[in-house]
Amino acid sequence: MEPFLERLRSGEILISDGALGTMLMRGGLRPGQCPELLVVEQPDLITSIARQYLEAGADAVHTNTFGASPMKLSDYGLEERTEEINQRAVNLVAQVVDDRAYVSGSCGPSGKIMQPYGDFKEEVLYDGYERQMRTLTDAGVDIICIETMFDLREAVLAVKATKAVSPQTPVMATMTFDKTPKGYSTVWGNSIEESAAGLQEAGADVVGSNCGHGMENMVEIARRFREATSLPLLIQSNAGLPETIDGEIVYTESPQLFAEKTHELIDIGVAVIGGCCGTTPEHIRAIKGVVDSQ
Amino acid sequence: MSLLEQISTSLQQGEDKQVFELTNEAIAEGIPAKEILDNGLIAGMDIIGEQFRKHEIFLPEVLLAARAMYAGMDQLKPLFAKEGIPSIGKVVLGTVQGDLHDIGKNLVGIMLKGAGFDIIDLGKDVPPEEFVETAVREGAEVIGMSTLLTTTTPMMTQVIELLKEKGFDSTIKTIVGGAPVSEELARDIGADSYGYDAASAVDRVKELIG
Repeated sequence: MEPFLERLRSGEILISDGALGTMLMRGGLRPGQCPELLVVEQPDLITSIARQYLEAGADAVHTNTFGASPMKLSDYGLEERTEEINQRAVNLVAQVVDDRAYVSGSCGPSGKIMQPYGDFKEEVLYDGYERQMRTLTDAGVDIICIETMFDLREAVLAVKATKAVSPQTPVMATMTFDKTPKGYSTVWGNSIEESAAGLQEAGADVVGSNCGHGMENMVEIARRFREATSLPLLIQSNAGLPETIDGEIVYTESPQLFAEKTHELIDIGVAVIGGCCGTTPEHIRAIKGVVDSQ
Repeated sequence: MSLLEQISTSLQQGEDKQVFELTNEAIAEGIPAKEILDNGLIAGMDIIGEQFRKHEIFLPEVLLAARAMYAGMDQLKPLFAKEGIPSIGKVVLGTVQGDLHDIGKNLVGIMLKGAGFDIIDLGKDVPPEEFVETAVREGAEVIGMSTLLTTTTPMMTQVIELLKEKGFDSTIKTIVGGAPVSEELARDIGADSYGYDAASAVDRVKELIG
């Protein structure tokens, strides 16, 4: 396959995959179960989801490693298995995509708060990210995707840790923003402009946003990012916020809506488009339809 | 600026050492502990809560202010030794079983404490029985439950049903919150109230105890 960043540089629009967490829940993830351990416990579920996204048209398929940093795994007492879990997760996706799509190593926030606001030392988080990133890149991911970050300082640590262990691996870094009366901001207080600049300076190759309140806001967020940086942009929106309908929890934004908004994202100049919580292979197929029609 | 105003201001700036020193100074001057608590610490947290609600400040500033609040409260505690720090109500708080997120719940705890409530924080991954048993044993008026996962919302229902089963649903009220929770969901599962964010959770808990 042609290197990921070269395709972006040539102006190609690429598609990343949709939700993993909500797909795992549908696949039987039990409350309290560690989602990342499924690469060991239920590898067939993981490969089945990866295959569905590949068939839907994803050019990049994420590994099931969102919470596979040692910091996050320690919540389940699984810190010692960091290498095993990350390695297996990469192998499972690689085996499915078999060079037809990029393997994207997913990495989410540690869930720990750094000093002086919380108890965790910056070095502890940095070392933890380095450990996860070393395993992911050694196992052969094509890209690293740092996502759902809300503290820019932590996102920057994760980007730097990746570049330290594997300078040649492209890094995508996205954060989650809320709409406030004073513009978009993370819960930590980071603005889009500040985030774009900070991530770029840390060495990210692609920046943008994921999760959040749905496509309506995402289009607006993408526009702000476009004004803030010349780097390629990645947008992975939730299918809206979850609602309860007849006791069932559902994400209400349809694949059709995703198709409509994909036009807008392309017009803004977004380079990589995918989905987050509540999206399905159908959403990815809808995005693919629009991208192919361009 | 009066000493209590200084405590409030230092707290808002997240200066925990200053709050520690000023609180001790106020105690040495003979200002009643209840006054230091209400007009210094709680007054400061009240402003922090309001600024957070208006998005004038964000999580980091709240966390630093909370640390400063605790620095002051720790000094006041011995003065209330017999009856404990006076509170306007007791709330049992936790993230429901199966959910290991706790930043949101911690924030609610900080805001409630800052508003003068007594908080029993059960942490994360809390089983339904533990919520109910603790609330009954401690004589709490409210159980606050948080979740970030759509899969764990049924755990909230279990707590509410357990309260009913044991006949405590009229004396112990429930409030729920978290990313997948809405006003509508709260009503559907029979919770007494819903907190959209930490600041509104405080208002709602006050209404519940009202």
